Amino acid sequence: MIQEKKQSGIAFVIGASSVGTLIEWYDFYIFGMLATIISKQFFPADAGTAALLSTLAIFAAGFIVRPFGALVFGRLGDLIGRKHTFLLTLVIMGGSTFAIGLVPGYATIGWAAPILVLILRLLQGLALGGEYGGAATYVAEHAPKGQRGFWTSWIQTTATLGLFLALGVIILIRSSQGVEKFSAEWGGWRYPFWISLLLVGVSILIRMRMSESPMFSKLKTEGKTSINPLKESFGHKGNFKMVLLALFGAVMGQGVVWYTGQFYAQSFIETVCKVEFIQSRNLMLWAILMATPCFVLFGWLSDKVGRKWIMLIGMLAAVLTYRPIYKQFLSLTSAKNRIEKIDLAKTTISEPKVVTDAKEATKIYVTQIFDTAYTDGAHFRYTKTDTLHLTAAYDANLKIDTLNPSLIVSKSVKPNVVIEKTMDDATYWNLIWLVFIQIVYVTMVYGPIAAFLVEMFPTKIRYTSMSLPYHIGNGVFGGLVPFLGTLIVEFTKSPESPIGDALAGLWYPIGVASVCLIIGVFYLSNKIDKNVMD
Amino acid sequence: MNAIKKLLGYVWMLLAPALICFLLYEAVQKISAANEIQRANVTLQWVIILLVFTPICVGFFIFGKYASANEYAHLPESSSEIE
Repeated sequence: MIQEKKQSGIAFVIGASSVGTLIEWYDFYIFGMLATIISKQFFPADAGTAALLSTLAIFAAGFIVRPFGALVFGRLGDLIGRKHTFLLTLVIMGGSTFAIGLVPGYATIGWAAPILVLILRLLQGLALGGEYGGAATYVAEHAPKGQRGFWTSWIQTTATLGLFLALGVIILIRSSQGVEKFSAEWGGWRYPFWISLLLVGVSILIRMRMSESPMFSKLKTEGKTSINPLKESFGHKGNFKMVLLALFGAVMGQGVVWYTGQFYAQSFIETVCKVEFIQSRNLMLWAILMATPCFVLFGWLSDKVGRKWIMLIGMLAAVLTYRPIYKQFLSLTSAKNRIEKIDLAKTTISEPKVVTDAKEATKIYVTQIFDTAYTDGAHFRYTKTDTLHLTAAYDANLKIDTLNPSLIVSKSVKPNVVIEKTMDDATYWNLIWLVFIQIVYVTMVYGPIAAFLVEMFPTKIRYTSMSLPYHIGNGVFGGLVPFLGTLIVEFTKSPESPIGDALAGLWYPIGVASVCLIIGVFYLSNKIDKNVMD
Repeated sequence: MNAIKKLLGYVWMLLAPALICFLLYEAVQKISAANEIQRANVTLQWVIILLVFTPICVGFFIFGKYASANEYAHLPESSSEIE
């Protein structure tokens, strides 16, 4: 009876903590998921890759400030308690996410738009920096002996489920509205930000019913809480060396494996492989859905065999297989590899469509769609748009083919080409499996990490001590994977090779995970701390 | 095992400043190679990278220093060993 009551108690703790953390992850991720649209809305229309890089930089800024959030809220959590601190982070996160959805675009308020978004993004990062450590500590301090890995692994699922929720909401809205309405300045892309207010409201109500962590309450009653958590965490050599070990021996590698599997993979499939928007997100959803139970599996397993080797095997597998996996992504989606499958009967070239520029009557855009169909059911669509400057305003009654060449003053040297590939079922499932494998690596490195970190530090400075390495590892090393990966690929581009080396971006996560793996193998202990009450 | 940990500590101590030098070299190269239009953007990116990774490299150096001093020969088994 008592055992049953304990189980339902811990189930409520897990449920209440997880819902809030999941919503914070959702808030944090919708920005990344909508990066391509946000770059068009908040930056000048002609900025191209620079706008995308700037958006990714703003996305990354949210990650970079996470360690500062860890310091600010970690300190609060060790001083005033876990419960009130992570309630506060939830309010900040919900408020800033909702506000991002209210910022007018670059077309309306100019450079104030990206600046406002950057500030709100920084607030999001600060809030998340305070949230996760609190939730993980709170759950671990409630967990029964010998089951810490299992129970904290539920908190670990929230990050991936938050991503799942973000993807699901975006797909739902985009499918119901259509591309044009969704991408307009005040279009559907803003709804996921607004929905956050409702989700956060519900989560706050649930969290209000929670009680303080028993271990923290005990310390408080005995007057043994820390007076200066920052000084005790980083000013004392004994604890500081453990913070460094946690960062370089575990979390740094875990961070890059996580963000490569869930974010770089999606970005790569969409922007490099050019798989169609909805299909690329759907395949992520399937992979996440199938791999998520592995968080709990590896959390549970870590209670039996220790945390260290599960995490390190995940890292090793990632280091060894990332390049073959991404090579396979390229091969499966390459047009060159399927020339013999072209279905000429169904392949079409559209009539050129002419649109006159809204401001210049002599400037026109000529768009033509080349739809290549394949016998296996795949469709590759190339939308080519040429920009033409004419000597006089374009007569809409004229067919573009009959336009006198002498009327054309200039034509864009490089037409704008948008490629959208809709893959056949077999290829689609192959892509899902390749993402799934990467997310299984994520579950191996991430499932046991909360229990691992909680066991490393004393109760009175646990929130501060575990939050900082976690958020440097995940926020900085991990969060920068899409940005640095894209940047490294940019460096490999040259006039001789305009595409560059698409796989070069992987050297960053592979390098970081390799160093972390070596440190982990030699310096980490596989012992499970039986008593986290001290 | 402790000898390897100690030896690797020296490797980390060397690797940390080497990484800072590498990042600085790359930053100078990439900023000067960028054309006039792109320069502000590239500079901003590299300033962010340097600001973020330099303190981490300093932390990595300290980690190496601790490792080379055999501070990780025995990991604490209770909080009393940490405090």
